[in-house]
Amino acid sequence: MTQSAEHVLDHFELFRGPEYQQMLANKKKMFENPRDPAEVERIREWAKTPEYREKNFAREALTVNPAKACQPLGAVFVAVGFEGTMPFVHGSQGCVAYYRSHLSRHFKEPSSCVSSSMTEDAAVFGGLNNMIDGLANTYSMYKPKMIAVSTTCMAEVIGDDLNAFIKTSKEKGSVPAEYDVPFAHTPAFVGSHVTGYDNALKGIIEHFWDGKAGTAPKLERVPNEKINFIGGFDGYTVGNLREIKRIFKTMGIDYTILGDNENVFDTPTDGEFRMYAGGTTLEDAANAIHAKATISMQEYCTEKTLPMIGNHGQEVVAFNHPVGVTGTDAFIMALSRITGKEIPEEIALERGRLVDAIADSSAHIHGKKFAIYGDPDLCLGLAAFLLELGAEPTHVLATNGNKHWAEKVQAVFDSSPFGKNCHVYPGKDLWHMRSLLFTEPVDFLIGNTYGKYLERDTGTPLIRIGFPIFDRHHKHRYPVWGYQGGLNVLVTILDKIFDEIDRNTNVPAKSDYSFDIIR
Amino acid sequence: MSVTEKQSVAEIKARNKELIAEVLKVYPEKTAKRRAKHLNVHENGKSDCGVKSNIKSIPGVMTIRGCAYAGSKGVVWGPIKDMIHISHGPVGCGQYSWAARRNYYIGTTGIDTFVTMQFTSDFQEKDIVFGGDKKLAKIMDEIQDLFPLNNGITVQSECPIGLIGDDIEAVSKVKSKEYDGKTIVPVRCEGFRGVSQSLGHHIANDAIRDWVFDKIPADAAPRFEPSDYDVAIIGDYNIGGDAWSSRILLEEMGLRVIAQWSGDGSLAELEATPKAKLNVLHCYRSMNYISRHMEEKYNIPWCEYNFFGPSKIAESLRKIASFFDDKIKEGAERVIAKYQPLMDAVIAKYRPRLEGKTVMLFVGGLRPRHVIGAYEDLGMEVVGTGYEFGHNDDYQRTAQHYVKDGTLIYDDVTGYEFEKFVEKVQPDLVGSGIKEKYVFQKMGVPFRQMHSWDYSGPYHGYDGFAIFARDMDMAINSPVWKMAKAPWKQAPKPLLQAAE
Repeated sequence: MTQSAEHVLDHFELFRGPEYQQMLANKKKMFENPRDPAEVERIREWAKTPEYREKNFAREALTVNPAKACQPLGAVFVAVGFEGTMPFVHGSQGCVAYYRSHLSRHFKEPSSCVSSSMTEDAAVFGGLNNMIDGLANTYSMYKPKMIAVSTTCMAEVIGDDLNAFIKTSKEKGSVPAEYDVPFAHTPAFVGSHVTGYDNALKGIIEHFWDGKAGTAPKLERVPNEKINFIGGFDGYTVGNLREIKRIFKTMGIDYTILGDNENVFDTPTDGEFRMYAGGTTLEDAANAIHAKATISMQEYCTEKTLPMIGNHGQEVVAFNHPVGVTGTDAFIMALSRITGKEIPEEIALERGRLVDAIADSSAHIHGKKFAIYGDPDLCLGLAAFLLELGAEPTHVLATNGNKHWAEKVQAVFDSSPFGKNCHVYPGKDLWHMRSLLFTEPVDFLIGNTYGKYLERDTGTPLIRIGFPIFDRHHKHRYPVWGYQGGLNVLVTILDKIFDEIDRNTNVPAKSDYSFDIIR
Repeated sequence: MSVTEKQSVAEIKARNKELIAEVLKVYPEKTAKRRAKHLNVHENGKSDCGVKSNIKSIPGVMTIRGCAYAGSKGVVWGPIKDMIHISHGPVGCGQYSWAARRNYYIGTTGIDTFVTMQFTSDFQEKDIVFGGDKKLAKIMDEIQDLFPLNNGITVQSECPIGLIGDDIEAVSKVKSKEYDGKTIVPVRCEGFRGVSQSLGHHIANDAIRDWVFDKIPADAAPRFEPSDYDVAIIGDYNIGGDAWSSRILLEEMGLRVIAQWSGDGSLAELEATPKAKLNVLHCYRSMNYISRHMEEKYNIPWCEYNFFGPSKIAESLRKIASFFDDKIKEGAERVIAKYQPLMDAVIAKYRPRLEGKTVMLFVGGLRPRHVIGAYEDLGMEVVGTGYEFGHNDDYQRTAQHYVKDGTLIYDDVTGYEFEKFVEKVQPDLVGSGIKEKYVFQKMGVPFRQMHSWDYSGPYHGYDGFAIFARDMDMAINSPVWKMAKAPWKQAPKPLLQAAE
């Protein structure tokens, strides 16, 4: 017997015991009708070849291990960034269970969201009754200040009209007539979670600015000196927004963060559950129309939102998830230009410290090849940072990246001699990435938790940056934006590099001459 | 001892009834009426728990339930390791259900096994408009091309498939013929069907019946020499290795496990099951359908068992043995005796730290009742329980074999109700899922995920009980809970206590 009370064995040790090994071997041989091990080995080797890669890239219909999720996830993510707001997803309820689990697994936080729980009868007759009852229940039970409605693919396929449904629900008394129920159609078969972020944010802002779906007068813009900031779908939203607020404070900038979900994904354990925490106030959301400009940290998360805001007369500026020195320089200088505020010495010092850190450490990164995958903007930010570290972002892949994105990544490659042999892969998935890693190996892989399967298959060490990260804790609490954030990213990369060097040099009497104490 | 004062059963019942009345107050009238039927206080001697179940969730409340797709792909079919399961429809469902149930298996992933992968048809707008059948056929060709060692394919339908009227059965048939009779199983588990994941289990069971069992010629020889002691494990998903720590006990008592459903399962094992002499059923809710079918069609008896905690394990081993001869009966006694010292040691170590602690559960499948015995083995008491997607027969089993007089029962609990119940009852531990975990931890209440065992497990079998006991101890007795309230915010202690 392997198990013992004194030293309780977990699954990873328990099943290595001889009795379990024997049992599993027997199961396989007798009952699983297993493939011939030689055949498994042959196919395994074949799946590493250029020939396999060619077949793999010729795929037209099948998607394997995609690095994207669906629209409503982004809608839920943005909605909880408004004060006292409950996201309400109109469609079948299983989806909401999935969004809540997904966000909870990443942030290790509660994720509140309701569904209109549509079933077969709603599929036939439409989901109006679900909306009428659902809004009434949400309103009376969870007492939100606002209910932000989005859809699932089911509601979209049967063609439910949110505008009309919400109007009818108000007429039936589900919620008061003047109560805020912004909405967005977020079909899961269009775009990805970043599209959902965009649509939902646009829906909420339009609601406040453009007359609350015909129930109030449209707002007149009276320009002021504030600026609006939009973070985009971001697994580091907690650390990042906190860092951005610090930067704004340091520069003396008066700002409104649209969709400020920093606090709701970082509530304390102090004996109280906060369903709503922080968030952009509804008043601020409305008054954001008067701002001087709106800055989006992620272009592909705000493709529709920014032009809409621009049409209201503000300047709009989009970045691509800037990481590192040059990206942050551009961001800080844009802040300064737009607000007319000088860049304080404190920020210049922070910049200098990041440059100092890079000078101390870039020798370890210089010339190394990286593969990156993730959301389009994050990939751009990381690729640019790697280039400024003298590294080569050899494969850059986004399942939810389009042609426009690919051109933008190519432009980043073209801006540096290190980008010469680098390639961009829009619309490809992690099974494509697997072929790339076998046929054109790199030194390190950067991506989310799902990259651990690629690390195991290909032996490419994984640096976890992205969303979701389920299997490491608290990364989201550390910013990747700003000079301080750049330092965090640098350290994350370096830690893995040093771990790998140590791992490769620790064989006694063989390679341990390089097992150095000073790196 | 528990923080709560020892109360009489009558007092507990009165408090629980009051609590139910209180939570119902917040709802609109129509909703309160509907929810009232799902909440109750258990009365001894009743044949069920007195709650309605398996009824549509109410719109706009925070139900914990999933959907039929989750029941089929996430539970029943997904763990079958040598088949490729296509999440057919938009990208999300497959992405969110990707490997998150920790269904352990042995195999070369991506080559001859595929559980921790996400295969999807990634529906785009044009697929909705023009239908996805052609794309599905092409996907199957590409799978054949790129994953030649797959032993079969299933099509797990997401919501749009049923709505746009795709004929996945026809595609499956054509392609199966084209690939020399390869097993290709269309599963109509669209998420809008039914009221929870429960219907997905049923649909998935029916798909096994129609597309696996019924395709086997009656005279086909089994792949192995049958024996009198062949059994199949039904309804164990091998979360953290549960099915393995169960299987080892059955084998040690002299039985031969010819199939495992569906954790670490393979198509060959599904096909072999009708040759079993007995089906031993752990998760009744998700797989009673196929067990009943095998009983009717192949005359295979089935028996429920419970492998949580030594009391129920011993009871179950004896019950299973009762279907066999003395050799197996002796085998069961031998196994029970063999593990007794381990169980004694585990209980001696953990019971003093857990004695008298109270637990509230809200889980799916069998766990709202099955784990009660394991807690009792550790001297703990389950004071509230309920099912995400249970049916009346689950509540009958719960009432007749598991819960105590006065237990708070809540079917398809809403986030609001659960929070209020826990706030008032103040249990020492809550056992539920990831969506509930952080809510209660923020409140300072220790928590364990009782769907996935967090990152831990197995919890089944004797080996699993050691882990279960340790996990409950570390959850409840973690020093962190004493730090939840800032010292300057704590109420001043009574003088007497301060003098101690």
